[in-house]
Amino acid sequence: MTNTETVEKLASKVEPLSYASFKQTIRAFQRLLPVLIGVLLLAALVAQLIPKLMQMGLFGHGAWSDTLAAAGVASIATGQPVVSYILAGELQNAGVELLAVTAFITAWITVGVVSLPVEAQMLGWRFALWRNLVAFVFSLLIAWLTVALFHAF
Amino acid sequence: MPSEKPRSRKLPGGWLFLLGVVALYLALIPFHAEFIQNSFQRFLHMGRDLLPVLGLVFFFLWLFNLLGNLQEKAARLTDRDSGLRGWLLAMTMGVLSHGPIYPWYPLLRRLMHKGTRPALIATFLYARSIKLPWLPVMAHYFGLSYMMILTLLMLLFSPLHGWLVERICRVANQRY
Repeated sequence: MTNTETVEKLASKVEPLSYASFKQTIRAFQRLLPVLIGVLLLAALVAQLIPKLMQMGLFGHGAWSDTLAAAGVASIATGQPVVSYILAGELQNAGVELLAVTAFITAWITVGVVSLPVEAQMLGWRFALWRNLVAFVFSLLIAWLTVALFHAF
Repeated sequence: MPSEKPRSRKLPGGWLFLLGVVALYLALIPFHAEFIQNSFQRFLHMGRDLLPVLGLVFFFLWLFNLLGNLQEKAARLTDRDSGLRGWLLAMTMGVLSHGPIYPWYPLLRRLMHKGTRPALIATFLYARSIKLPWLPVMAHYFGLSYMMILTLLMLLFSPLHGWLVERICRVANQRY
C-alpha cells in the first residue's frame, strides 16, 4: 500500500468521526445555550443585588468570614463550572475579596451537596461524605494558596 | 420491525430554566422597572464580552468529543497495582472527562467493586473539576496567570485529596 493510499484510508476513517464529533459539539452547545443565556440573565440580576447583600451582611465581614460564606453558598449551589466563573466575576466586580471569590469557584466545582445522595448511593455514604468534606476544606486551602501565589507573581 | 419510540414533547431542562429566568424578569418589571432595565443592559454587555470566548470553547469541546472514546478505555487501567500510572491516569481521565457527573457514577461504582482504589476514584472526581474547554472563560474574567495558578493547584491537589479521602475512610472503617 502506498503512502497516499494509507493517508486516504486514514482520512476516510477520521472524517466521519470528526463530523460526528462536530455534530455532537453543536448539539452540546444547543443544550448549553439556554442555560448560558439564563445564567447570564441571572448573573446580571445577582450582580446588582450583591452590594445590597453586602449591606444586609452576607459579605463584608472580613476576608475569612466572607470566604467561608462564599464557599458555603457555592457548595450548595449546582451547575456548570462556567456558571461559577461568571458569578464569581460579578462578585469580584461588586467588591468581594479575591480570596472569597476563589473559594466560591473551588467549592462550586469540587463540592456537590446536591449530588451527594446520588454519589452516596453509588459509591457509599462514608466515601461520599468524606470526599465532599475534604473537598470543602481543600477549597479554602486552594483559594488561599491561589491568592498568595497570584499576588506573589 | 421494532416500533418507534414515541418522541417526548417535554421541554428540555435548559429551556425551562431560561423560561423561569425570563418569567422572573417579566414578573419584576412592574415593581422594579429600572432595576430590570439595568440588569438587562448588564446582561447584553456580559454577553457581548463573552461571545469571542465561546468560539474558543466550541473548538475545545469539539476536540474533547474527538477524544471521548479514549476515556472509558483508560478507566479500566486503574487497578490496585497501578501505582504511579494509576494516579496519573486518574488525574488525566478526570481532566479529560466532560459532561454531567451522573452518567459516570455507575462506571465508577463498577470500577470500585472490581478493585480500583477509592483514592483513584476520589482523585478522578476532584480532577474532573478542571474543565479545560471552559478555562478561556475563567481567563477572560480573572486573567491568564490566575487561571493557570488555580488550575495547576487543583491538579496538584487532586491526588492528595484522593489519598486523604481513602485514608480517612480506612480509619473510619476500622473504628466503626
